[in-house]
Amino acid sequence: MSEISLTIDGLAVKSQPGLSLLLAARAYGIDIPTLCHHDDLKPEGHCRLCLVEIGPPGHTRLVNSCTYPVEPGLIVQTASEKVLQDRRMVLELLLAQAPAAELIQKMAAEHGVYETRFKKADPQARCILCAQCVRTCREVVGVSAISMAFRTPKKMVATPFNEESEACIGCGSCVFICPTNVIAYTEKDGIRTVWGRNFELQPCNVCGNYIAPKAQLEHWAKITGDPVESFFVCRDCR
Amino acid sequence: MMINQDNFDAIVSRYEGGAGDLIPVLQDIQEEYNYLPKDQMKVVAARMQVPLAQVYSVATFFKMFSLEPKGRHQIRVCLGTACHLRGGQPLVEMVSRRLGVDIGKNTPDLQFSLETVGCLGSCAQAPLLMVDNQYFGRMSVDKVPKILKSYKNQD
Amino acid sequence: MPKLETVKQLEEYRRRLLTHPDAQASQILVCGGPGCIPMGSEEVAAAFRRELKERGPAVKVLLKESGCQGWCSKAVKVMIRPQEITYQQVIPQDVPEIVAETLIQGKILDRLCYRDPADQTAKAHKSEIPFYQGQQPLVLGKMDLIDPTSLDDYLAAGGYRAIQQVLAQMSPEAVIQAVDRSGLRGRGGGGFPTGRKWRFCREASGEVKYLICNADEGEGDSGAFMDRVVMEGNPHAVLEGMVIGGYAIGAHQGFIYVRYEYPLAVKRLSLAIDQARQCGLLGANILGSGFAFEVKISKGAGAFVCGEETALIASMEGKIGEPRNRPPYPAQHGLWGKPTVINNVETLANLPEIINRGADWFAAIGSEKSKGTKVFSLVGAVNHTGLVEVPMGTSLRQIVFDLGGGIRDGGEFKAVQTGGPSGGCIPKEYLDLPVDYDSLQSVGSIMGSGLMIVMDQNSCMVDVAKYFMSFLHDESCGKCTPCREGTKQLLEILTEITQGRGQEEYLVLMEELCATMRSASLCGLGQSAVTPVLSTLKYFREEYEAHIQQKKCPALVCRPLLKYTIDPETCTGCLACVLECPAEAIQGEAGEPHELDQELCVKCGMCHAVCKFEAVKVES
Repeated sequence: MSEISLTIDGLAVKSQPGLSLLLAARAYGIDIPTLCHHDDLKPEGHCRLCLVEIGPPGHTRLVNSCTYPVEPGLIVQTASEKVLQDRRMVLELLLAQAPAAELIQKMAAEHGVYETRFKKADPQARCILCAQCVRTCREVVGVSAISMAFRTPKKMVATPFNEESEACIGCGSCVFICPTNVIAYTEKDGIRTVWGRNFELQPCNVCGNYIAPKAQLEHWAKITGDPVESFFVCRDCR
Repeated sequence: MMINQDNFDAIVSRYEGGAGDLIPVLQDIQEEYNYLPKDQMKVVAARMQVPLAQVYSVATFFKMFSLEPKGRHQIRVCLGTACHLRGGQPLVEMVSRRLGVDIGKNTPDLQFSLETVGCLGSCAQAPLLMVDNQYFGRMSVDKVPKILKSYKNQD
Repeated sequence: MPKLETVKQLEEYRRRLLTHPDAQASQILVCGGPGCIPMGSEEVAAAFRRELKERGPAVKVLLKESGCQGWCSKAVKVMIRPQEITYQQVIPQDVPEIVAETLIQGKILDRLCYRDPADQTAKAHKSEIPFYQGQQPLVLGKMDLIDPTSLDDYLAAGGYRAIQQVLAQMSPEAVIQAVDRSGLRGRGGGGFPTGRKWRFCREASGEVKYLICNADEGEGDSGAFMDRVVMEGNPHAVLEGMVIGGYAIGAHQGFIYVRYEYPLAVKRLSLAIDQARQCGLLGANILGSGFAFEVKISKGAGAFVCGEETALIASMEGKIGEPRNRPPYPAQHGLWGKPTVINNVETLANLPEIINRGADWFAAIGSEKSKGTKVFSLVGAVNHTGLVEVPMGTSLRQIVFDLGGGIRDGGEFKAVQTGGPSGGCIPKEYLDLPVDYDSLQSVGSIMGSGLMIVMDQNSCMVDVAKYFMSFLHDESCGKCTPCREGTKQLLEILTEITQGRGQEEYLVLMEELCATMRSASLCGLGQSAVTPVLSTLKYFREEYEAHIQQKKCPALVCRPLLKYTIDPETCTGCLACVLECPAEAIQGEAGEPHELDQELCVKCGMCHAVCKFEAVKVES
């Protein structure tokens, strides 16, 4: 497949077909800020932070670089005045949505936004609805224990009916991936608690250290077809 | 509310079972039972091989679905623009006050549920409200008590 | 219903219908449109049925319940053919007289006729009535002619003639060229050239393609019931349009995505689909052409955002209605990943006539870049509300004043909002604007669905902006930050302003936020949510200023900024307000003038609403 030539911030760039503008720019060391993007997840364009201005002068529009594919001859500006204006406004909105999210405060400050003129939500709020937790659970872990519920006025990440999710395997991937530390997670006395459900942690048969929740190991056993006991030895002891 | 299991099975079996049929199945269940019972949602998820989280996501996204039973008589007050401009807001406030129920909720005895809707398509008769399938056009706040009383007496 | 397997058989069947004795019989068509049903059209039809039954076979009249005859403020309407006599505001009690006088003796009943406002003479015939004469019904052409539950009626009126020509004489490319030449643009609001959209899909690779009819018409788009009227009043026109579209793009499966709040539309479409299948006008090998096309109905579940193409597709796939990023576009990668064309109901309903009468005929109607006609729904503060169909390029003044009869109750025109909840408000300076896609955009509004809400001096433009923002906030899917948080904050600011807590900085803040929402939102909902705010800020800034600086609502709408007092001269002491007041702020005995305590008043406006004597005065 032939390479595609385009221009990013005045730089002549060559890219693989099908690559997003975001990744094409990154390959040339041009960093575009993102919030909902993750290399292991399908890009969805929730946050709108990665917007870039495309098109010839006088006929430009803004698109999110995480999903827009490279096109031959495309002219891209990753930090034009319009892009920066919109980025700052998005960050200002997020500061109001999630006042306690340190990542947002940091990113906003990097863009010269130190406070928000908008009405703030609950001062403890940290969720920016980037959906990385939901997408991880669906695409990477494959159990879809949580999802996005409701629409704008009440939109939130939730377990079905806000009850303990039977599909959850307690792996904690959602906690790990969340950029703003929203999901509550504790481990104590061999029990991991996440999304309101307690998971018994399985100790290693050899060294006794905790490996993972039993439910998670059972999930792996189901996928691989191996007996679950084969997972009761930790990596170090194999 | 007692769910007739055969009825429910008949509904789910009506469709081939692919994920694309999720909304039609939920719509049929909503129409049959006036809400989406939680336990039946779990069965739907299993039968259609769709994650329960997705069922919950869909059930809470679309306005026609209700996770709680609706009242025997559904009152829908139109708050479309033509009705809004002709006093739709005071109208729904009057109904709400008379029934002692908030918008989107039911009376404790489940006799009435109160909703606002976008547009009933009869704008020349604004402001409009519907009780079940009955339209009441060219409404005014003073007509409300009589209409409510007629339904209360009916039951 | 016979199986029609060739074009010849269809033509023969149609000829038989046209030469049947019933074809010449008198007809009564009772309007069964959305404006007339709540006003008792079914009771009027039942009364006709009874009366005709009593009269027996001596009176040879066909009774039909038609689709929407357009003039909704004159419900219930009755059309008598062949004379084209239209009676208005008919009630069941009028029926015996109509049958005895008009049907049997040919006498006009003046009291049921439209009155010329100049000299009050009764005008009975459609050709004499300005409301009808000012229109060019193309999409609505058969509304007062056919029974929508009868395929025979549709065939007799020339229906399914277009697919005869398309399937037997035209290649798919020729069809696309004809639609290109006609200049037809999407009637759902986007205004995208239909021919071009079809071509993208035709050229997309893949054997399986889909055609979806978008009948999710402004979920809650108050007053936008044009699509509903077409589906309920002439469902076969939609099907015929879909067959033409499917043939052009190479799709064999069509879907109609209808709002669940339109059960009658679903019923009529389902019946039409069954009838068409029975006759062989849908299904395998239509009219012996080798082309197969099936149509299935899919019901929306209550989400305005599902009018957006990719959100619609998501919901058909069993997911929540969140729009998707483009590219890829639905024409290349749509439903289940297959190339998909989504066309609005009105767009499809135009196709049979474009084929029958030719692309050039269609292109001769309308303005330079907006061809054909448009169905507008005229609602609000006008004398005559209802659906009107006029050539593109007709001026706002003609629509509002000539057809709409001007502002009701002697009021004054203030603004007209066009297009729906994300439409802009246009002030009187632009009344002579020719209405088409580009001109509406040039003044900061949109064509949208064709909704026109006329506002008079009693509308507060800040309240109007807040009302639409509340709707859009509620309907926003929540996927992207600018729309989700933007609509929330705009609503917050507008609410503050209408409650007397507005700050000077708010106006500039709103404009800045709107700029970002417009360029950064993922889909059209967020992008155009700013239009009501921006257009009212542009044309009615002084009203915003009054709310913020003087804490006044000049139109007397925003209740927290109003003062209610009871005029002791007019008050009859009926106790209505005393009983209604939720704050117990009104005191008074029966028969004595009541008094309103300003300290206790919560400004709910209930007293004003219930007072039958106009004794409650409002000021700001």
